[in-house]
Amino acid sequence: MSRRLLIQSAIALVTSLALAACGDKAPPPAAKKADAPKAPEVQVVKIGVASPLTGAQAHIGIDIRNGVQLAIEDANKAGVNIDGKAVKLEMVAEDDEANPTKATTVAQKLVDAKVAAVVGHFNSGASIPASKIYADAGIPQISPSSTNPDYTLKGYKTTFRVVAHDGQQGPTLARFALDKLKAKTIAVIDDSTAYGQGLADNFEATIKAGGGKIVAREHTTDKDTDFKAILTKIKGRNPDLIMFGGIDPQAGPMKKQMAELGIKAQFIGGDGMQTPNFIKLAGESAEGALASIPGLPKETMPGGKEFLAKYKAKFNAEVELFAPMGYDAVMVFIEAMKRAGSAEPAKFLPEVGKTNYNGVIGPIAFDEKGDLKNGPITIYVVKGGKWEALETVSPGAAPAAGAKAEAPKDAATK
Amino acid sequence: MDIFLQQIVNGLLLGSIYALVALGYTMVYGILDLLNFAHGDLVMIGAMVALSVVIALGSSLPVAIVLLIATAAAIVVCVALGLAIERVAYRPLRRAPRLAPLITGIGVSILLQYSAALVWGRQYISMPEIIKPEKIVFGGAQITSTQAFIFVLACAIMAALLWFVKSSRMGRAMRATEQNPDVAGLMGVDTTRVIAFTFALGASLGAVAGVMVVLYYGQGHYFMGAMLGLKAFTAAVLGGIGSIPGAMLGGLLLGLIESLAAGYIGDITGGLFGSNYRDVFAFFVLVGVLMLRPAGLMGVPSGDRA
Repeated sequence: MSRRLLIQSAIALVTSLALAACGDKAPPPAAKKADAPKAPEVQVVKIGVASPLTGAQAHIGIDIRNGVQLAIEDANKAGVNIDGKAVKLEMVAEDDEANPTKATTVAQKLVDAKVAAVVGHFNSGASIPASKIYADAGIPQISPSSTNPDYTLKGYKTTFRVVAHDGQQGPTLARFALDKLKAKTIAVIDDSTAYGQGLADNFEATIKAGGGKIVAREHTTDKDTDFKAILTKIKGRNPDLIMFGGIDPQAGPMKKQMAELGIKAQFIGGDGMQTPNFIKLAGESAEGALASIPGLPKETMPGGKEFLAKYKAKFNAEVELFAPMGYDAVMVFIEAMKRAGSAEPAKFLPEVGKTNYNGVIGPIAFDEKGDLKNGPITIYVVKGGKWEALETVSPGAAPAAGAKAEAPKDAATK
Repeated sequence: MDIFLQQIVNGLLLGSIYALVALGYTMVYGILDLLNFAHGDLVMIGAMVALSVVIALGSSLPVAIVLLIATAAAIVVCVALGLAIERVAYRPLRRAPRLAPLITGIGVSILLQYSAALVWGRQYISMPEIIKPEKIVFGGAQITSTQAFIFVLACAIMAALLWFVKSSRMGRAMRATEQNPDVAGLMGVDTTRVIAFTFALGASLGAVAGVMVVLYYGQGHYFMGAMLGLKAFTAAVLGGIGSIPGAMLGGLLLGLIESLAAGYIGDITGGLFGSNYRDVFAFFVLVGVLMLRPAGLMGVPSGDRA
C-alpha cells in the first residue's frame, strides 16, 4: 500500500515538474510579443564573423573579430539607412579553432542564426570547406585573410576576399628572392596545411621558372616544435635562402633552431609569420628574417593611422594582422546593402561583386572570381626587434593588371 | 659526415627528453600495471609553471637562481598534482578492472589540458631570453651550451635514478611491490606509500623534463603534453614497459630514429616519402621491434602480465 502511494506521489511529482518545465518555456514568447510593437522600427541585421578565437592562432583570429566589432560599432554610431529605414547591425562571432571540420559546423551555425553576411574565415583550410555552406545558403562571405588560390576557384558566387592570394604572394616572394636577394640555391619547407603548402608550391614553381635551384623541399606540421632534423639536412645542402610556408608558432622556433645549428642562410616566409609573436618566439635570432604580407604596411594604408589609433583606444592592443581587412569587409557589405536597398542576401549579393570602395586598406574592387583586384604585397624585414617595411610590390604580372594597376599606387601616394 | 653527426646529436638530445618522460610511464606501469595517461600533461604543467616563474622573475636575479626557483616550483606543483591524481583517480580503482583506471587517466589528462588552457590561455607562451647560450662545436656538430647542459643533466638524473632503485631502501621496496604487491605487503612494505612515492617521483621527473622542454624550445602551450606523452609512451614500450633502463634506451633510440628518418628518409626512398613521414617511420620501427621482442627491447616477458 505504502509503496503504491510512493509511486503515485512520484508520478504526481514528475507530472507537476514536467508541467512546470512547460510553463517555464511558455512565458518568453509572451514577453517577446510584448516587445514586438517596438521592433519593426529598427531592423536588426546580423553579420557573422568566424575565425580561430582559441588555439595557437587565437591572437590573429581575435584581431579579425575586433576589426569586425569596430566596424559594426562605427557603422551603428554613424547610423545605417537601408531603403530609407534605420538598421541596427549586430555581430555574431564564432570560433572555428582553425579546424576545417569545426569551420563547417560553425558555418552552419551562422547560417542557422540567419546572418546576412559573413566575414571569415582566417585559415584557408577553414574558409574553403565553409564556403560551400555559405554558397548553398546564398550568404556572401568575405575572407579577410585566406590566401589559398583554391578558395575562389570553386565557382561560388558568394566567395570574396580582401587580400592578395598566394597565386600572387608566392610568386612575389620568389621574384623578390631571385631579383633582390640574388638567391641561387633555395630550400623550401611547408607546414602541410592548405595555406602553407599552397604558398610554398607557388613559391617553388616561380623559383624554378626563374632559374633558381630548389635544393631541398621539406614538410613539417602545424603542431611541431622540433625542426632540427630537417634543418640539419638542409644545412648539408648549404642553400642561400630558406623559405617557410606556415604560421608563427612554427616559424619562430624554426628561426631560432637555424641559429643554433649555425645556418647562415636567409629566412623568408609569408604573411602567417609576419607577426610580433614571431619575433617573441624567435628571440634575437629573428633579426634579418623576411616576410611578405598582402596589402600595404599598416601605417601607410590610406586609412591606417586613424584605424591603428582607434583600435588601440578601443582594445588597448596593437593590430596583429588582419583587423583592417575585417573592418573593411563589413563596410563592403554595408555599402552593398545600401546600394541594393535591402539586407536580404539574395538581393545585395550581386552588389558585393560590383564593389568599388575606398577602405582602410585602400581601394577595394573584386574580379569575376571574387579576388581583390591588384592587391599590393609588402615585404618586411625584422630590424632591431621590429618588423619594418622593406618595399611594396604591386603584382604586375597578375592577370587583372593593366590600366587599373595604377589605382593602388595613387591611393598609396595620397 | 658532419651532417650525419649533427643528426645523431639532434636525436640524442631529443631522445634524452623522451627518456625522462618515458621513465614516468614505465615506473608507474612497473608497479601498478597501469598506464598513467595523464603523465604527458603533468610534463606540460611543469613546463608552464616554470615558464610563469621565469616570466615573473625576469632578469631580476641571476639566471641560475631563476632557473632553480622555476624548477623547484615546477617540481612542487607536479608532485602535488601527481599525488592528487593517484589519490583521486587511481587509488579508489586499484582493484577495479584494468580498463577503469585507463579511462580515469584519460579524463584526468583532458582535465589538466583544459585547466591549463584556463590558467595560461590557449596561445603559445614564449620564454624570455634570459640565457645567452654559447655555441659549442663538437667534431663538426654544433650545439649550444644550454643543450649540452640539458643532455648532461638528463643523463645524471637517469643514473641517479638507477642507483636509487637498485640500492636505496625505498628502491628495494619499489622493486618488491613491483614483483608482488600482496607479498610485499605481508613482508612489511607499506605498498600504498610506495605507490604514492612512485607517482611523486615520476611527477618530479616529469616536471624536470618540462623545464628542459621549455629551455630547449623556448615555448610552451597547453596542448604540448599530448604529443610528447605519446612519444614518450612509445619510447617506454620500445624499451620494454616496466623496465627503467628500457625506458632510457627506448627514449634515446626513438629520438635517434626520428632524427635520422627525417634527415634521410627522403633520399633513401628517392623523394617518395618526405621528412613528414618520420613519425610513421618511428612507429614502423616500434612494430618491427614488438614483433621480434613482444616485451620490448629490455622488457622481461612474464606470463601473468600478458
